[in-house]
Amino acid sequence: MAIKIENLDYVYMQGSPFEKKALDNINIEIKDGEFVGLIGHTGSGKSTLVQHLNGLLKPHSGHVFINEHETTEKGEKLKKLRCDVGLVFQYPEHQLFEETVYKDIAYGPTNLGLPKEEIDIRVRDAARCVGLPPEVLDKSPFDLSGGQKRRVAIAGVIAMKPSVLVLDEPTAGLDPAGREEILSQIKSIYDEGNMTVILVSHSMEDVARLVNRLIVMNEGKVFADGTVDEVFSRGRELRNIGLNVPQVNVLIDELVARGLNINPNIYTVENAKNELIEYFKRIKEGGENA
Amino acid sequence: MLKDITLGQYFPIDSFLHRLDPRTKILIFILDIVAIFMAQTVESYVVLILFTFLVMLISKVPVKMYFKGLKPILYIIVFTALLNLFLTQGEDLPIFGYSVGITVEGAIVAAKMATRLVLLIIGSSALTYTTSPMALTDGIEKLLKPLSKIGFPTHELAMMMSIAIKFIPTLIEETDKIIKAQQARGASFDTGSIFKRAKALIPMLVPLFISAFRRADELAIAMESRCYTGGDGRTRLKEIKFTHKDLAATICFLMFFACVIFLDFIF
Ligand SMILES: Nc1ncnc2c1ncn2[C@@H]1O[C@H](COP(=O)(O)OP(=O)(O)OP(=O)(O)O)[C@@H](O)[C@H]1O
Ligand SMILES: [Mg+2]
Repeated sequence: MAIKIENLDYVYMQGSPFEKKALDNINIEIKDGEFVGLIGHTGSGKSTLVQHLNGLLKPHSGHVFINEHETTEKGEKLKKLRCDVGLVFQYPEHQLFEETVYKDIAYGPTNLGLPKEEIDIRVRDAARCVGLPPEVLDKSPFDLSGGQKRRVAIAGVIAMKPSVLVLDEPTAGLDPAGREEILSQIKSIYDEGNMTVILVSHSMEDVARLVNRLIVMNEGKVFADGTVDEVFSRGRELRNIGLNVPQVNVLIDELVARGLNINPNIYTVENAKNELIEYFKRIKEGGENA
Repeated sequence: MLKDITLGQYFPIDSFLHRLDPRTKILIFILDIVAIFMAQTVESYVVLILFTFLVMLISKVPVKMYFKGLKPILYIIVFTALLNLFLTQGEDLPIFGYSVGITVEGAIVAAKMATRLVLLIIGSSALTYTTSPMALTDGIEKLLKPLSKIGFPTHELAMMMSIAIKFIPTLIEETDKIIKAQQARGASFDTGSIFKRAKALIPMLVPLFISAFRRADELAIAMESRCYTGGDGRTRLKEIKFTHKDLAATICFLMFFACVIFLDFIF
């Protein structure tokens, strides 16, 4: 499912004193099967952008195409678009409403008009994907913990089998263990299905090790777009717009600035270790030669 | 969508009217309503229209905004005007020489009623555009203060009003978000039979009520943990004050008011 965004502008409360330009000339193209991280700090327009992907918001100027279909289409085509692009909102646990977890996950597939057996398969499959044990399915969603509720909500979208899965800050407000778990489940969903995944976050550390492409937003504009290496090579600029690049990258950056001759594009502890060992080896050899 | 509804309608700019004490504005508004309903003669209407124009001018709120306020009740105005026009008994008023059932009295009453409604709406718009909802409730609380002597819960009433007003935007936003989230799961709120549509509202209403209760709970805890114990001995961040500006505005309005009375009863 290829996504193409052209010169997209969006303004909230147009014409009122509270007018706010949330998106400013966005141009992005995402190919099938990519795993994209969308990063930016609070208010940079991430949520606004992803809501354009399934036509919940319409561009004020510019175009959004999902597989050649523009998101301004209406009726059945819009419905089709909404199943193609599955959007998990920020704090999705606030949308649960059914008596049981099972029914809540089944809400999406039911709206698609699928047969009962198919729905059953999908519900169980989605629950397994997000790591919900089968006995939870008969409980009320309101009796679950925050992290479990979030998983139910994510399962509700996965059960619709979208070809693009967009997750808006799926780890917001979770403890480190819960965060880790959800992220690794998202990773395995990406690995197992043929879905394009777009992961929104304001934490570099969270997404950097999962995705193969990073898009950084700042004040409604695309600030950087490229592979993780390419984006992190601008570490200093990223910190200037208030993003937390991985700490080890900060360290390496500092070392390079002090004149160490090492590769600056490092963002995992493992790579840093290897690079530093190499560096000291070189020094030692150089020192012996001299 | 939903968020485009401008509730409370405060228009945050700076003008003479914005800086007036809310009590002054509320009282003037009430007297203005009285004057509008008392007015009988054409002259007194002219005075009232002049006054309304003056208020619109001083408020610095774009005229467009006032028309926006009129739009929703335009039908009511036209409808009442038409009713009055055709149903009032009296001397026949021929149009281009033909009798179409309109009477002279009917035309007069229709014009009066329409003018009254328009003036009323513009007046209330002027009040809400220039007074923040918080200032408005503060003003109402202060004005009702004497009633607390006889046990009327003025503070509680004002607190409830201000909380309700403050949470309108939050709830609208919340509703908007929930609708979108359910639409993302394939819900449609605008197709099918009435029964189907009503049922489609459940996925929106349940989360909305839950979140409203959760918010109410959290707010109560937050207020209590900051030692809220009710109105006694509470001071305000922004004390409302009656200044010379208010005096000037009051005198100015009373002159208009006197004009209306004079034109109606003495003239
Ligand atoms: N419903 C709305 N009405 C008016 N302005 C809005 C609305 N939603 C967002 N905005 C504004 O648009 C800008 C972008 O908001 P958006 O929600 O897209 O940011 P975000 O990157 O998702 O932030 P966060 O990390 O906090 O979720 C913000 O400045 C915000 O104040
Ligand atoms: Mg957001």
